[in-house]
Amino acid sequence: MDDLIVKTVTKLIIPFIQLYGIFVILHGHLSPGGGFAGGAIIGASFILLTLAFGIEYTKSILSAKVTERVEIGGVIWYIFIGLIGIAISGVFLGNRVAGFPMGTFGSVISGGMISLITIGIGLKVASTMISLFHHIIEED
Amino acid sequence: MKNYLILITLTLLLIVLVSSLNEMPVMGDIASPAYNEVAEYYINNTQEDTNITNIISAIITDYRAFDTLGETTVLFTSITAVVSVLGFSIKDKKE
Repeated sequence: MDDLIVKTVTKLIIPFIQLYGIFVILHGHLSPGGGFAGGAIIGASFILLTLAFGIEYTKSILSAKVTERVEIGGVIWYIFIGLIGIAISGVFLGNRVAGFPMGTFGSVISGGMISLITIGIGLKVASTMISLFHHIIEED
Repeated sequence: MKNYLILITLTLLLIVLVSSLNEMPVMGDIASPAYNEVAEYYINNTQEDTNITNIISAIITDYRAFDTLGETTVLFTSITAVVSVLGFSIKDKKE
């Protein structure tokens, strides 16, 4: 698609979409949303970039190697946090018993491992959407 | 003969399933077994246990974090399957 209007609007709107996605992920333990929703928003912003500028341009920003590594890293990060719980308290994915800092109630830094897990899920979902879309669109 | 046997078995199974439909609790029934003390426990103890304001987030990433790990693994498995089916054909085309 080679349209000036679509390209200009995409350039203007993508930073706001990605900022909103990061907001939803980081506030997953305070407001509606969370890792799955925020990751889907970030993934959708990259899909919009692919639709407007073409797959070659998006791959020069975010190559398949990076999305694959982020995907594997998301799962490993999740399991790693669970293993920290086993090492400290003997409970897989333990939160308070594993000694994660609880923070003050209602602030962004609270809830121990919950926000860490939400970040992992968000990265995972975003990279899954991007690489799935790229693999399917490359078929043509 | 074999087809009739299959048909009869399936019909009997259908009768069993449909008859048990009547025993299901009505939607919104207060005596339904789904409304038990677990929901009350989540509402009363989320702040003490996890110190966060979003109870749903507490359920999916703390109380049932192992289930969410399975969900994440499902995503990982699906992308692995897609890449293993589509990825090779792309490589062949380029070479």
